[in-house]
Amino acid sequence: MELRANNCRVYAYAGGRGFVADQPTVLFVHGSGLDHTVWILQSRYFAHHGYNVLALDLPGHGRSEGPFLPSVEDMADWVIQVMDAATVAQAAMVGHSMGALVTLEAAARYPARISSLSLLGISVPMPVTETLLSAAAAGEHTAIDMVNIWAHSAGAQIGGNPVPGMWMTGGGVRLLERSSPGALHNDLKACNDYQAGLESAARISCPVTLLLGEQDVMASPRSAAELLGAIDGARSVVLPSCGHMMMAEQPDGVLDALKGALC
Amino acid sequence: MPDPKYLRFDTLSLHAGQRPDPATGARATPIYQTTSYVFKDTDHAAALFNAERAGHVYSRISNPTNGVLEERVAALEGGVGAIATASGQAAMHLAIVTLMGAGSHIVASRSLYGGSHNLLTYTLPRFGIETTFVDPRDPEAFRRAIRPQTRLLFGETLGNPGLEVLDIPAVSHVAHDAGLPLLVDSTFTTPYLCKPFDLGADLIFHSATQFLGGHGVAIGGVLVDGGRFDWEASGKFPTLTEPYAGFHEMNFCEEYGPAAFIMRARKEGLRDFGACMSPSTAFHLLQGVETLPLRMEKHIANTRRLVAFLAESAAVESVSYPELAQHPDHERAKILLPKGCGAVFSFCLKGGREAGRRFIEGLRVFSHLANVGDAKSLVIHPASTTHHRMDAEALQAAGIDEGTVRLSVGLEDADDLIEDLGRALYLSQKG
Repeated sequence: MELRANNCRVYAYAGGRGFVADQPTVLFVHGSGLDHTVWILQSRYFAHHGYNVLALDLPGHGRSEGPFLPSVEDMADWVIQVMDAATVAQAAMVGHSMGALVTLEAAARYPARISSLSLLGISVPMPVTETLLSAAAAGEHTAIDMVNIWAHSAGAQIGGNPVPGMWMTGGGVRLLERSSPGALHNDLKACNDYQAGLESAARISCPVTLLLGEQDVMASPRSAAELLGAIDGARSVVLPSCGHMMMAEQPDGVLDALKGALC
Repeated sequence: MPDPKYLRFDTLSLHAGQRPDPATGARATPIYQTTSYVFKDTDHAAALFNAERAGHVYSRISNPTNGVLEERVAALEGGVGAIATASGQAAMHLAIVTLMGAGSHIVASRSLYGGSHNLLTYTLPRFGIETTFVDPRDPEAFRRAIRPQTRLLFGETLGNPGLEVLDIPAVSHVAHDAGLPLLVDSTFTTPYLCKPFDLGADLIFHSATQFLGGHGVAIGGVLVDGGRFDWEASGKFPTLTEPYAGFHEMNFCEEYGPAAFIMRARKEGLRDFGACMSPSTAFHLLQGVETLPLRMEKHIANTRRLVAFLAESAAVESVSYPELAQHPDHERAKILLPKGCGAVFSFCLKGGREAGRRFIEGLRVFSHLANVGDAKSLVIHPASTTHHRMDAEALQAAGIDEGTVRLSVGLEDADDLIEDLGRALYLSQKG
């Protein structure tokens, strides 16, 4: 599905189905340097189980036109603009990593627009090492490698992809290689700069689920504890032996957790 | 955070794609000898069929044992995914039919395995796919042969029988200039000697029957997707960029991004053409891949010893191996194949066809058969076997002399192999 926001073309994967009036909508926001394809299994499932789906490509990512949005706050505002463009009054929001920060901030700013919030692979704050930021700013491939390696659990780096025949870290590195020049640095910097997370979390009133990977070294369950405590009524689900790229590592675990979280 | 490092080649050869079996704890990859898989419930079944959940439905499409082999080869090649097929020929066919249909055109190296040559020359034209063959040493010849209907460039890392070293960087550049992918048959080199994706290739296939398996007990192939080619920017591949009525109106590029090709190949090509691998074959091939680095190192060491021995023999006219200074691709081989140029090579005996026959009869350790890439050393004399109906002139046109002998060097003690060759060379010249 193509929409327009900020005078730019926006791409939203609809899960292989068209929009159906009166169905609830679930909106997915990807992480740094990625695009809608990270949600492929989960978004197809919900699109065929009674939901309208908007799996967004953030500006300058995937099939959406640029320019990049420099901050999590800007991205949160943009997501609501996209909902306006799609004439979606309210959506269940699902965000991963940077996308989780974006949906968190959107839920704080626009509480009437969000029916539930699922935050995958999140920590607040989400600091990024200077080594990684520098490599990403220089466009060095080592930045992609660092993200790709840290994003997968030790087990996932050996393999055993639930999708038959697919080499998970190979797919991860190619997806990051496809991102527009500068996208990864823009996003990592936005994560690093975002400081309002705990304050925003305290303003959230919708049901919230944190979905965390037991072996996530980029956003560990321990680092999410303060966030969990800051959101009234929030619950957490920890996927055992799972890393940061949980939608790829444990797609069924993520789907089953989301099925219990959306409302 | 831990120091970021990918697992290395030798480790991937042993482990990639397999963790201890969750049901039994089995350390080795189990053979999942089953045609089909029980659904948890009707919703699970529907979700699997509609690509909403990951998993297996039917072993023609995917199988857990095959999946380990596929992941492992994809990991070793640096691709996004792979498909195990019934043979190397099936892998090549799967690549072609995933990309094109009637009215399409391929530009291929003219130095190919005979089975590939047959497919392109005789069989695919019946289905409307034409091929132009060009000199693999001339990247510009690939460029000149490209037509508006061209959908693929194709060559072997090491040509057959001349061991032409394909200039993958240059030919891939030609391909990409024209918005086309480069498919490489990497059977002779394996990812241990050459990583075609790192050099610019887009798709790779192996006859896994040869060096990947290495034991000569199983026929199989593997097709690997590098995940870098931009099918949408090319605009020449509607199978990947337009909705497919045969699978939920799916646009594979939209759904799978860098994995569009390999997903279409599985969801259409394996489903419809059905050239799948048996899980027991996948198991056998995995046993070979586990020792690939060790075997290739020994293959190369033995080959170098034998090449040096034959080059000094008075019974030998010439030896063709890219590591020799007189080979036309010697300089390119030093750059593209620094770890070795494979373990298959040819030499020309003095004395022609009859000397060749006596040489073969004189061997004791080498096995006389039509295969390569076995742990055991193999030999064939084309003029008295595969090409025996050809006269001298026809042989020459095929790049073969009456005295040409092809060796596939195995893992035996090199001294035994040299003694075997020495005895047979002596007998070949006794006339």
